[in-house]
Amino acid sequence: MAMADQTNVKLLGMWASPFVRRVQWALSLKGVISYDYVEEDILNKSSLLLELNPVHQKVPVLIHDGKVICESLVILEYMDETWKGIPLLPHDPHGRAMARFWARFSDEKLEPNAWTAMCSEGEEKEGALKRAIEAASKIEEQLIKGRRFFGGDDIGYLDVAMGWVACWLPVWEEVGAMSIVDPARHPRITSWAGDFLSHPLIRTNLPPKDEMVDYFHGKRKRIMAH
Amino acid sequence: MSGKDEVVLLDFWPSPFGMRLRIALSEKGVDYECREENLSDKSQLLLRSNPVHKKIPVLIHNGKPVCESLIAVQYVDEVWPRRSPILPSDPYARAQARFWADYIDKKIYDLGRKIWATKGEEQEAAKRELIECLKLLEAELGDKPYFGGESFGFVDVALVPFYSWFYTYDTCGNFSVETECPKLILWAKRCLEKESVSKVLPDGEKVYKLVLELKNQLGLE
Repeated sequence: MAMADQTNVKLLGMWASPFVRRVQWALSLKGVISYDYVEEDILNKSSLLLELNPVHQKVPVLIHDGKVICESLVILEYMDETWKGIPLLPHDPHGRAMARFWARFSDEKLEPNAWTAMCSEGEEKEGALKRAIEAASKIEEQLIKGRRFFGGDDIGYLDVAMGWVACWLPVWEEVGAMSIVDPARHPRITSWAGDFLSHPLIRTNLPPKDEMVDYFHGKRKRIMAH
Repeated sequence: MSGKDEVVLLDFWPSPFGMRLRIALSEKGVDYECREENLSDKSQLLLRSNPVHKKIPVLIHNGKPVCESLIAVQYVDEVWPRRSPILPSDPYARAQARFWADYIDKKIYDLGRKIWATKGEEQEAAKRELIECLKLLEAELGDKPYFGGESFGFVDVALVPFYSWFYTYDTCGNFSVETECPKLILWAKRCLEKESVSKVLPDGEKVYKLVLELKNQLGLE
């Protein structure tokens, strides 16, 4: 059943988007190895993207057997319910609620503040940086000692959702000349990030660091020029 | 059936987020204790149960807290699956429901707040955007009796509490949600025919009275 489904999977994405990459990591975990990937130019969005995601006009967009799903965390849940294989979310309702809570926290509190801190200066930057560090510290408290990943012994939904912290955040810190996740303050996140990046299904599925640094330098410049 | 379930809800009566939980628990026929919080003097239980956000609603099930209303509604649906399912069973339909509930979460409360808490151009812009969002939701509803189709579901639970705030938006913003989105009002009234909704949603004028008090306290004209 898994094989037949793969031929009808299409992903609209953008190589430097952390939200797109989490869907790609999940596809990999689910054993969906061949799918159509369409690279979007977000400065010049295709009519396909605008047609398939009229509400937000953003990537990622997953198309499975003609069904269109938008919003990366919604896509992850859809994938977990559609493809068996490695479960993303835990089985018990409380564990699922916790995973969803922290994924949302990462997207609402850490990511936007880290982004703003990278692309601003002065008071705006300081405020965003402070909030980002606070958010990271709250996540640090959440990481359970003695377990390699949020998902336990292997990666799961929350590791995939937070994977951008291991991969994008260091780039943003470099581009923004700032420190948010610090090995001294956040030893557990730091250790988790190392384990996540070296996971066999993840390490071959990472965007090139140098190109990311260039790309985000460019973005920062454009944003700050306005 | 496991032993006696202990369910506590930390709430604040005008909160549309708290209403979502009360509707869900009512749909499931779950007995629970509702504890009203004073948001200017939060209880130790609230601060302990939601240390990250310190916000209501918090669902505490057998001592374990679940925070964020839509996450808690899904939790309720998963723990008590047999009666009145809230999310549909088909994965694609579930994805659609999650998408629209997420959209409601991203837009309605913040825009609504700008309508009652601000003036001038900021208020006008929020009004315009809120109307746009409600129209989009109305289009999504289409000819269906509920967002969930034939039965009341996740998106209905996510949105219907805001009906109790429409009087406040109308009065503060000097417009009429009903005039802009008549089908949405018909849908809300249909939802109100359900006991789980009618017993939970406060009267719109009561909400407005509170908002006036709040504006006074906050020093807003």
